[in-house]
Amino acid sequence: MPDRYHIKTVATPGRFYRVGKFGEVDWREDCSRCFDCVKLKCCFDVYKHETEHNRDPRTATQPLYECKACMSCVQGCTKGLLTLSVNPEYLDMGDEYWKPDVLFTTWNQADTGKIPVSGAGYRGPFHGFGFDSIWTDMSEIVRPTRDGIHGREYISTSVDVGPKPMRLQFTPDGALVESSLKVLELPVPIVLDVPAWAVRGAELAEARARAAQELGTIAAAYVEDAAKLPAELLASVAPVVGCADVSKPGKQAEGALKAAKLVELLDGTDDEVAKAVEALAALNPQAIPAVRLTLVPGVYGRIVELAKRGVKVFHLCADPHGCEVLKGGAQGRHIKDAIRETHGKLVEAGIRDEVTLIVSGGIALAEHMAKAIICGADAVGADTALLVALGCRVCAGAHALSVHGGAKDGAAPCPDCPADGVLAKATEDLQYAAQRMVNLMGAWHSQLIEVLGAMGIREVRRLRGEMGRAIFMEDIEKDAFGDLEQVPEEVNA
Amino acid sequence: MANANVLEGTPHEAGRSSWPQEKVERKVAPAPDRYRNAIGKYKIYRSAACNSCGRCVQVCKYGVHKKPKGYALTLRPEDHLCVGPACSEQGEMCVAACPQKALKIRLNPNADAMGDPRWTSDLIISNWYQAETGHTPPDYLQYRHGESGGGFDKIRFKFEVPGTGYTPPEPVPTEAIDTGLDLNRSGDGRPQVHIDIPLYGGGMSFGSVSIYTILAKARSAAAWNTFSCTGEGGYPDRLMPYDDHMITQVATGLFGVREDTIKRVRIVEFKYAQGAKPGLGGHLLGDKNTPEVARMRGAVPGNALFSPFPFHSVYSVEDHKKHLDWIKEVNPDCLVSVKVSTPTDVDMVAVGSYYAGAHIIHLDGSYGGTGAAPDIAKKNIAMPIEYGIPKVHKFLVAEGIRDKVTLIASGGIRTAYDAMKAIALGADGVVIGTAELVAVGCVRCACCESGRGCPRGIASTDTELAELMTLDWATQRLVNLQNAWHEQMLDILSRLGMKSVRELCGRSDLLCYLGTPGQTKTL
Repeated sequence: MPDRYHIKTVATPGRFYRVGKFGEVDWREDCSRCFDCVKLKCCFDVYKHETEHNRDPRTATQPLYECKACMSCVQGCTKGLLTLSVNPEYLDMGDEYWKPDVLFTTWNQADTGKIPVSGAGYRGPFHGFGFDSIWTDMSEIVRPTRDGIHGREYISTSVDVGPKPMRLQFTPDGALVESSLKVLELPVPIVLDVPAWAVRGAELAEARARAAQELGTIAAAYVEDAAKLPAELLASVAPVVGCADVSKPGKQAEGALKAAKLVELLDGTDDEVAKAVEALAALNPQAIPAVRLTLVPGVYGRIVELAKRGVKVFHLCADPHGCEVLKGGAQGRHIKDAIRETHGKLVEAGIRDEVTLIVSGGIALAEHMAKAIICGADAVGADTALLVALGCRVCAGAHALSVHGGAKDGAAPCPDCPADGVLAKATEDLQYAAQRMVNLMGAWHSQLIEVLGAMGIREVRRLRGEMGRAIFMEDIEKDAFGDLEQVPEEVNA
Repeated sequence: MANANVLEGTPHEAGRSSWPQEKVERKVAPAPDRYRNAIGKYKIYRSAACNSCGRCVQVCKYGVHKKPKGYALTLRPEDHLCVGPACSEQGEMCVAACPQKALKIRLNPNADAMGDPRWTSDLIISNWYQAETGHTPPDYLQYRHGESGGGFDKIRFKFEVPGTGYTPPEPVPTEAIDTGLDLNRSGDGRPQVHIDIPLYGGGMSFGSVSIYTILAKARSAAAWNTFSCTGEGGYPDRLMPYDDHMITQVATGLFGVREDTIKRVRIVEFKYAQGAKPGLGGHLLGDKNTPEVARMRGAVPGNALFSPFPFHSVYSVEDHKKHLDWIKEVNPDCLVSVKVSTPTDVDMVAVGSYYAGAHIIHLDGSYGGTGAAPDIAKKNIAMPIEYGIPKVHKFLVAEGIRDKVTLIASGGIRTAYDAMKAIALGADGVVIGTAELVAVGCVRCACCESGRGCPRGIASTDTELAELMTLDWATQRLVNLQNAWHEQMLDILSRLGMKSVRELCGRSDLLCYLGTPGQTKTL
């Protein structure tokens, strides 16, 4: 058995201002200074830490961030003076997809690299948009060899990116035609993708590349950013490049293309793509050409078309909410539906096993990765989540999530945004930024193994398209509740 | 142990414990919040303009405002008793009556910080109301369902919804209604086990919760002639006076399972999986593995304890039968329950368990659970219980074996209405866990696992924190909660014109769904 793949996580506290969920909003007059709340009631020592913070505001601890809302101080106060509430600033973070709880758990995972654990059952809505209407399967007693992350069995999370010929090719004298075997094995089914909206500076690209090198995977970077990276990182970078630029790249960009194992071409006409693939083969015969496509309805047509012309790797980019991009920028279906359809069409076309699909946009949590793979992706791209790991709050400020970026006119820059203010500092220390990305991916990797373990699946390759091992809300609700009499909702409003 | 209540010389019936059993009285008594400041739905603010005239004390019918005789000033309002604006419909309200206009009533911000869509603050506060008083909560609290937007929260009994065209039958007097359940339906000659209410307490191990929590659960089970479960952590000796109301759990780690703990109970439960973390093993963090816990489990103190998943001795339904036969051989008088989670093939699992000889099939849905679990598992792995019950019930009916096996549902049964909806969907009875913990003071802050454990002293073996509550108080809270639920069950059955809860099983025609099931949500 090969060595187990292991992600080395190192506790790396965030250096950004943290928005806590709970806080004392009301501390009424008449405090008797009994100090019960401070010394007796709070078993988390939050008040003590708050004092430390007040003495030295540079301490990493943010008092509000630590309160767990156990109500011990509120209920134990001698005079009943304390009131706790949910921090409105917390509720204001993010948007309807990148919810405050998503940002919060991502920060925690980037801090520690550990799986988030909590008690007292599930707390959220029954089901929701997109991935929140899928449950993954588990198996009770059959299928041996499952021990999850604590066990003896090795669960592989490796995926193959590249053209996968259905049979080996040999020359007449019996030698293997090696060009048919350009497959890149990623030990985790995640590519560290470029942010979905414009973020200035090549530093982020370098942090991603360092993280990708540590993880053994690939970081996508625009070729102009890739060109600025140190040579030792280039093997972990997939340059994103326009078709025309491949044939005549600048000197530095040429270096990036020559060192790359995977090159993502921006889609063009059939001719342009064919020429770019040819030029790339001349420049770097080992590089696998991929085409980066915007996820639009009917994208499978383009995939089938390009596959015929020899491109076998596709990176499908949904919008930051994981939706198809419609004409005029409107949101289409969620990737869970779009990928299922694409996967099915490629199966019908008889080419599913030959091509690789990488899906990005809207992959916010570890479960999204597992569910996107169940829906038919080979691997996913983490983009916005990596910014969140550095403190991004996915605000509707300067980099509003209009589809595929572009700053909203006149909006104030977010003070904690990696692109502008304070968080630019995070990227000054690239090791810090890279380690937080590694931590997040480490936590996602462990969670993927939990899901695979529960399903009794020993490698993530076999998870791809396993829709029979998932429970889709639309189907199960009809089975379970289809025979109940339906009444309009407003009746009971 | 308080021996006054021990029934001396109880004749030893088949299956019953030979250890003297303590009788716990089924009596409702007030059990107020154990903290100084109870949390209610509303909060009253009294400004400095108050001149302590005492007018509010006169008009308040709920005892919120107090000014004891001889006091110059009115006391701090007991705002958890306040019923809010609804008060003004029944007469004069303090806010309006106050000559100084010194009073304000607002929704309590504390309540805001407590709830979530599944367990709204109304559900938590109404659970506390029931645990305190032993009776059905008033209508200003939404005590029947949560706001999660699916499952039980979208399902109603038709009598709750106006305009369904449902004609209510002649109500049955509550005295004539039986909420009891016989758990052995197999006809295999093993002793019958009867419970007086169609619910019992879920498994929580010693180690995951404090000894007082375990004992209180066992005592209230004894009071209501039902059961509580050991969970996977051994059988503390202090539970022996309640042997007849305990279920010994045999889980994948086999922690603390011994021949005598299997022999002394009337039901033995195999835990294949649990709803809190379907497909994953149990995990007791090292901090909670105190010397006492370790002794019980036969483990080394301070070490994190992992239960494997699944049973490494069971990889087929034949192995499963061998497992059940083993328990049946060790204790020839016990019933065997099989606790499984809810995978896509849960219906097949249930049938397999029946043919392997299980008396009880216990489905644990994915949204429930009390203990610490990875967030990814709580939300995403396996289906919620609302889907699992009809799936299994319909399949067992089609196989012609539904009346040979008892189907118990758990995992997100928060209220008496949830329990009755689960039964109408096809279960025979339910198991509750979180509802019991809330009754003894849980606020669902979800910190069961961190450091010293639960800050409320419920799920903690920390000696200081565990002393935050007394056994008598906790027992009374649980006895009260069961009584309040029992009241509501009687009320529901009465409105449905049923004399027994057994008539309700599978009557999904009495339910309706708000909106259309299976509708995709948009952003």
